[in-house]
Amino acid sequence: MAQTRELTCIRCPMGCALTVELDDSGAVTSVTGNSCPRGAQYGRDEVTNPVRTVTTSMPVVGASHAHMVSVKTQTDVPKGKVFDVIAALAGLTAQAPVAIGDVLVHDVAGTGVDVVATSNAR
Amino acid sequence: MGNSIEKRAIVIVGGGPAGLAAAVAAHEAGERDVLILERDTQLGGILNQCIHNGFGLHTFHEELTGPEYAARYVAQVDELGIERRLGTMVLDISEDRVVTAVSATDGITRIQAGAVILAMGCRERPRGALAIPGYRPAGIYSAGTAQRLVNIEGQLPGREVVILGSGDIGLIMARRMTFEGAHVQCVAEIMPYSGGLKRNIVQCLDDFGIPLLLSHTVVDIEGRDRVEAVTIAEVDERMKPIPGTERRYPCDTLLLSVGLLPENELSREAGVELSGVTRGPVVNERLETSVPGVFACGNVLHVHDLVDFVSQEAAAAGRSAAAYVARGEDAAAQRVDIVATDGVRYTVPAYLSGSDLDQDVTLRFRVGGVFRDRYVSVYLDDERVRHAKKRILTPGEMEQVVIKADQLRERAPHTVTVKLEEE
Ligand SMILES: Cc1cc2nc3c(=O)[nH]c(=O)nc-3n(C[C@H](O)[C@H](O)[C@H](O)COP(=O)(O)OP(=O)(O)OC[C@H]3O[C@@H](n4cnc5c(N)ncnc54)[C@H](O)[C@@H]3O)c2cc1C
Ligand code: SF4
Repeated sequence: MAQTRELTCIRCPMGCALTVELDDSGAVTSVTGNSCPRGAQYGRDEVTNPVRTVTTSMPVVGASHAHMVSVKTQTDVPKGKVFDVIAALAGLTAQAPVAIGDVLVHDVAGTGVDVVATSNAR
Repeated sequence: MGNSIEKRAIVIVGGGPAGLAAAVAAHEAGERDVLILERDTQLGGILNQCIHNGFGLHTFHEELTGPEYAARYVAQVDELGIERRLGTMVLDISEDRVVTAVSATDGITRIQAGAVILAMGCRERPRGALAIPGYRPAGIYSAGTAQRLVNIEGQLPGREVVILGSGDIGLIMARRMTFEGAHVQCVAEIMPYSGGLKRNIVQCLDDFGIPLLLSHTVVDIEGRDRVEAVTIAEVDERMKPIPGTERRYPCDTLLLSVGLLPENELSREAGVELSGVTRGPVVNERLETSVPGVFACGNVLHVHDLVDFVSQEAAAAGRSAAAYVARGEDAAAQRVDIVATDGVRYTVPAYLSGSDLDQDVTLRFRVGGVFRDRYVSVYLDDERVRHAKKRILTPGEMEQVVIKADQLRERAPHTVTVKLEEE
């Protein structure tokens, strides 16, 4: 069944209200409401393959000051996997020393993406 | 105090992104005697608790998290061997630039500075400033405090959450609390528009189906010991609650994200003139305050939403301070006021020193409402020298416009005017 999705373009502060139309197979047939081509691209990507970088934090043991070390997925993951990533990290603890860029979890939640530290804990 | 006073060329108060970039730029401008004083146990300022990404797109052409962005500047400061004293809180700055600080290791110290750079950042508007009736039960936090608790301390402030105010920290915390397993019911914003970045509304609220209630505010808080519920109502154009629109939200936590204020107690006591609009120092094109040799940059000067602009502004302050130390005070010149009008709320700098300019002047400003299809115009006296079309201008996004040094030299204006025009 053909579908319509309403979203806000975030490529610039204009924040155009986009309407994206999809056909039965889920392919994008039109993007309207955009004021420039970047909006059309954003609308298409956001509807067919939305991605996000996940940032969160993890307890760390053995560090002199820090209780927590902040982390992120090294690259974007599919938006639909965001909560799987969060769930996979729940209950994990890092061991000091941790340096920015250290891989703390490999292939998190089957996304093929690593979780790396974004702060130092010594 | 008769004991000898330490003498330093440049003393920087605050080791956040502003202080760090100022230090690096002053060093690169040739001044080797630079000292950073930071009250926290680490450098980096507020960025240490901003673990989300979105920092540094302009500076490093990649999206970094707050701690990563800070670490890049800390690495530069380390590499240049710039001295810093952590756990050191500045208590007073005198008009002749004697900086008094206290630390657990050194006690009270006094430093005579050739130049001082103010880089103390901002703090959140306190909840006392809000006219919400009722008790003050536990469970009410500023969004930034909640951010520190979750990201630095590893504690979740509550499970059922309502957020008042749609500033960026509130939006970021809506997502952060959701990730930590809390349920964020809504974000209420008294204005008809959000002061936060669009990107944050989409990625922190829309992604999780958290409603943003514009023109709504909290009218009641229930609970004696701990928050039990809040009541939210719609407001009219005069921001008065509309009877009959109240809705009760049972919750245990209320986060406030109602704005930031530059942290200027020290500046005020030093005799620095402050702006009633920005609440930060009134500065000239060198980012020098009304007290000669005292410079300001970053959130202590005016609240920024993008750290990249903080770093740029702070680097300019660092260069100015180095030049001041090398060259000494200028002969007094006729100051040229910059008038902000027709939608432009303020500019930084607020005036030009009137002395010869060797560099273009970047004016940063904010507008007072949402404007579409307007021109940002700059007049030197009656002559329009800049006329740049903008599709949209919003209060949440800082704008900037550059005036060419040679134009200023040629025209030698008595006033500069910055305004929005329809055509
Ligand atoms: C919660 C939040 C989220 C943000 N999100 C983004 C974002 O997504 N992207 C982006 O680009 N920007 C973002 N920003 C904006 C950016 O991070 C800030 O504008 C920037 O950190 C301001 O830098 P600063 O150095 O002026 O202030 P701060 O980082 O606040 O640093 C000030 C420093 O001065 C120290 N200090 C204060 N008083 C004294 C004293 N008396 N003696 C000694 N030291 C003192 C403080 O301890 C602190 O370390 C965000 C800001 C906040 C608050
Ligand atoms: S469509 Fe173009 S103009 Fe509109 S928000 Fe997106 S990038 Fe900006």
